[in-house]
Amino acid sequence: MSSQPTILIVDDEPPIRRFLRSSLAAQGYRVVEADTGEAALRQIADERPDLIVLDLGLPDRDGIELIREIRQTVETPIVVLSVRDDEKGKVQALDLGASDYVTKPFGTEELLARVRAALRHRLLEQGERPVFRLKDLEVDLVRRIVTLRQERIHLTPKEYDLLRLLIMHAGKVLTHRQLLRDIWGPAHVEDSDYLRSYVRMLRSKIEDDPTQPKLVLTEPGVGYRLNALD
Amino acid sequence: MATPDSSDRDARPSPEALLAAAQEQGRGRLKIFLGAAPGVGKTYEMLQTAHAKRREGVDLVVGIVETHNRRETAALLEGLEVIPRRRIEYKGRVLEEMDLDAILARRPQLVLVDELAHTNAPGSRHPKRYLDVQELLVAGIDVYTTLNIQHVESLNDVVAQITRIRVRETLPDSVLDAAQEIELVDLTPEDLIQRLKEGKVYVRDQAERATRHYFQPGNLTALRELALRRTAERVDEQMLSYMQAHAIRGPWAAGERLMVCLSDSQSVGALVRYARRAADRLHAKWTAVYVESARHHRLTEGERDRVAEALRLAERLGAETITLPGRRIADDLLAYAAANNITQIIIGKAERSRWFELLHGSVVRDLVKRAGNVSVHVLADKSLEPAAEAKPGAPASPRTFRIEPYLRSLVMVGVALGIAYLIHQFVEVASLSLIFLMAVLLSAISYGLGPSLFASAVSLVAYDFFFIPPLYSFTIDDPEDVIALSVFLLVAMLVSNLAAHTRNQAKSAADRARTTAELYAFSRKLAGIANADDLLWATTYQIASMLKVRAVVLLPEGETLALRAAYPPEDQLDDADLAAARWTWIHNRAAGRDSDTLPGAKRLFLPLRTGRGSVGVLGIDRDRPGALLTPDERRLLDALADQTAVALERVRLAQAVDEARLMAETERLRSALLTSISHDLRTPLASILGSVTSLRSYGDAYDEATRDELTATIQEEAERLNRFVGNLLDMTRLESGALEPKRSLIDLADIVGTALQRSAKVLARHHVEVDLPADLPALDLDFVLFEQVLVNLLDNAAKYAPSGSLIQIRSRRVDDSITIAVIDEGDGIPPGDLERIFDKFYRVHATDRQRAGTGLGLAICRGFVEALGGRIVAANRSDRRGAVLTITLPVPVQLPPISEPQSAPPQPTETRPLHELAAHDPHRR
Repeated sequence: MSSQPTILIVDDEPPIRRFLRSSLAAQGYRVVEADTGEAALRQIADERPDLIVLDLGLPDRDGIELIREIRQTVETPIVVLSVRDDEKGKVQALDLGASDYVTKPFGTEELLARVRAALRHRLLEQGERPVFRLKDLEVDLVRRIVTLRQERIHLTPKEYDLLRLLIMHAGKVLTHRQLLRDIWGPAHVEDSDYLRSYVRMLRSKIEDDPTQPKLVLTEPGVGYRLNALD
Repeated sequence: MATPDSSDRDARPSPEALLAAAQEQGRGRLKIFLGAAPGVGKTYEMLQTAHAKRREGVDLVVGIVETHNRRETAALLEGLEVIPRRRIEYKGRVLEEMDLDAILARRPQLVLVDELAHTNAPGSRHPKRYLDVQELLVAGIDVYTTLNIQHVESLNDVVAQITRIRVRETLPDSVLDAAQEIELVDLTPEDLIQRLKEGKVYVRDQAERATRHYFQPGNLTALRELALRRTAERVDEQMLSYMQAHAIRGPWAAGERLMVCLSDSQSVGALVRYARRAADRLHAKWTAVYVESARHHRLTEGERDRVAEALRLAERLGAETITLPGRRIADDLLAYAAANNITQIIIGKAERSRWFELLHGSVVRDLVKRAGNVSVHVLADKSLEPAAEAKPGAPASPRTFRIEPYLRSLVMVGVALGIAYLIHQFVEVASLSLIFLMAVLLSAISYGLGPSLFASAVSLVAYDFFFIPPLYSFTIDDPEDVIALSVFLLVAMLVSNLAAHTRNQAKSAADRARTTAELYAFSRKLAGIANADDLLWATTYQIASMLKVRAVVLLPEGETLALRAAYPPEDQLDDADLAAARWTWIHNRAAGRDSDTLPGAKRLFLPLRTGRGSVGVLGIDRDRPGALLTPDERRLLDALADQTAVALERVRLAQAVDEARLMAETERLRSALLTSISHDLRTPLASILGSVTSLRSYGDAYDEATRDELTATIQEEAERLNRFVGNLLDMTRLESGALEPKRSLIDLADIVGTALQRSAKVLARHHVEVDLPADLPALDLDFVLFEQVLVNLLDNAAKYAPSGSLIQIRSRRVDDSITIAVIDEGDGIPPGDLERIFDKFYRVHATDRQRAGTGLGLAICRGFVEALGGRIVAANRSDRRGAVLTITLPVPVQLPPISEPQSAPPQPTETRPLHELAAHDPHRR
């Protein structure tokens, strides 16, 4: 992979493409564009981007369908641009293979953070990062030791599974279904109570103020995300 | 025909004339071709005139013309547009009638309709053709028609006398009077007879001998004179009308007023018609009077119907009709005449035996004797005279015989006997009779004529037996005592009669009083009802019980009438009834059973009319065969219908007022919305545009700090705009009902956390404290909606609380509910506005001074909270200044236990290398 990751922007609105292009280019990414689903598919074949920023509201194609199609051939991470009230669309996109989402209108900071998180995940496949650090929290993923402010804290197996999964996808959102399926198994994908209570317990152990969490963030109606500040 | 009063002598158009002129606007004009006998050429003349009109360019059609196979007439039909006749099947035969609906649909200027007095086949809308013609006239279509003089109602008897043929198809005089033009088609009798011989005359269904008699010169002359005279009278009237309408002074006829006295005799119809002709001749108003004496109660159904029919006929012919209660017919008639300035009385003379007259007296004789200045016309005829009721009559049998009153009377006599026996030592025998008389009187008052006469007889016997010597025997010694006993009997019977009659009168009066009281109660009850459905139910119930009928009410709904109330309850009307109801609605006149239109329907329908027009239709039905209602009942029904109409109108107007108010309110909100949106969207946009254009034009000249400030402004205002748009979208979702809460069990802490994070910027200048008990149960909510509620509340608190102050979020469990309160240290809410702050577009101080907000935030909170099954209220703090907004939510029914599924994940998973872990990608399938 080249040092400059290539990002494909798919959006039919020229102003949005304009500011996406300038923001991403300023961060050092190489940017290619497409304004329709068709064009996007061609670009994917030609340019082999490292990440796709996809607007769900394309004129010629349903965004969800496009994700399905893309996923038939490549595993490129996709960050989806959606609108405020479309929780259903977001969840569907994520379940179908999108990596993350950003809600319009959004600030550049937010978008860049998501892009980084999605790319990092990719990078993780290639390297090893045995110890994860975030503020006062340190997690040794090999030895399964969690410390907060240098003090060791004890997590139950499920709590640890939850934390680990969040760390693996640090900065990216994980839907309720994904979390439930991975931790409890496919039979429990509807049991959001388990998830909820475990999140609460995890938060009570690792957050400074569980009522104002800074690490394990809730994505309303969608899932949870570990706040990877970098 | 009514004429002006003699008081209208000053030079002003009389009101009646003006009214008549006004009513004629919009109606079609009727021209009648009148003839003395069949065969004079009326149809021919009509067709010729029609052709002339057609040459002038008038759009005319032929409605129905009978040529009777006469070639000349048939030839005249050529070139004219003929509307095909309607075929009606009746009892296996096919009859043809004029197609009224086709003509109405065609809407010509003029239509030709032959034989105005024709009777339509059963199944037609109207039973008579002249009613069809009236409908055409109302629709604004002119009509030419033909008529023989013999068909005129008021001349029916005269014609019968002349020709010996009584014509059954009659035309009410009112139709003739209302025609704008009458053209007399005249032929001398000789010419007519000639035509008959030539076979050019069509006469229907008569025996040949009768036909020959009909067409005798003498008859024809008489008929011709009738026709001529009628036309002349008509000219006279037209001249008078013209003079009245133009206020030309002229020789008005003296103000005569006629009164005709009706009875149950067979010839009362002829009497009424005679009265009409007399009134016509004298140009006088006339009244038909019937005196309801004691005898009325003893009449059979048939006789009562005859009286009712006579009253109806009189009304149709233009009289005012009155029914008077009374005892002595002659006196009551004269009293009425005196009170109403009657100048002439018409009465029929009955033929009775002299014996009868001796006993009962003669009304006619009394009338003539005491009439004073009033002329009395006595019409002789073979019929019965109304019997006078001044003397005791023969005992009549009561309607249904009951033994009980007789037994009771017997008891009364017994008591009298006892008392008499007790005191007979101390008083004269003669005086004892008075005690018995008391018993008779009591019996008469309590039980009526029969029992009291019985009591008289028994008293007589008892008196004789116990007190007249020789005692205890029925014989009488002293001849004087015989006289005494006879006198006693006579007096007793007189008393019985008087008292019984009084009792009857009292009963009638009581009945009338009760009816009046019921009417009054009805109107009071209606006045109190505000709801249309209740009103209709009360109405149908009242009418049904007062008149002992079945009542239905139909109201307009869109294009048609719908059945809205019925007592006894009904679901549907059959087609015939619906058609009649619709006709009544459209034409604002009665239709259905017993009326002139669609008489085959089951019910009689009356329009419910107010001064402003029709509001609905009332339908009446009864199981009794024959006439549906007596004239009295009909009058009562009209009164009830009028009251109902007024009440319905009142309710409708009240509704209209409410709707108008609602619309005004909606308008107000709409304009408030537009103003608000316009302002609240444009303000941030103004800042953004201003800052951005400033940077673009002068950016180089600015220093870092200024540029920073401008760009920060752009960002802040854009975010603010985003919030407003979000609010508007939320409000739209709420209003359009598109809210579909997606519920799941949620941690309050979770949701508070996200809300706080989202509002971080807004809350930058405040302290926030969160107070949530650890054991708070999970809530069944839609995360996104409730988060928005909290965000709006925090936004609100931040807006109205001073910088640096404290904002608290506190939650508690209270029995079955959980409360979440957002508490600030701002100025609080004016006590009167604690509810109103949740209204749309409400702001505490509606000036620009405050930080602008669309005023929708709290309205959205309330909408979302209520959609989630909770409540939200506002209050002021009790400890210090500030507001408390409290949401109350029900605790979900059961909490699933939290348990760790027992199987711990197998160890191998834990030690899998990271890249494999990473490869365990939920995205892979």
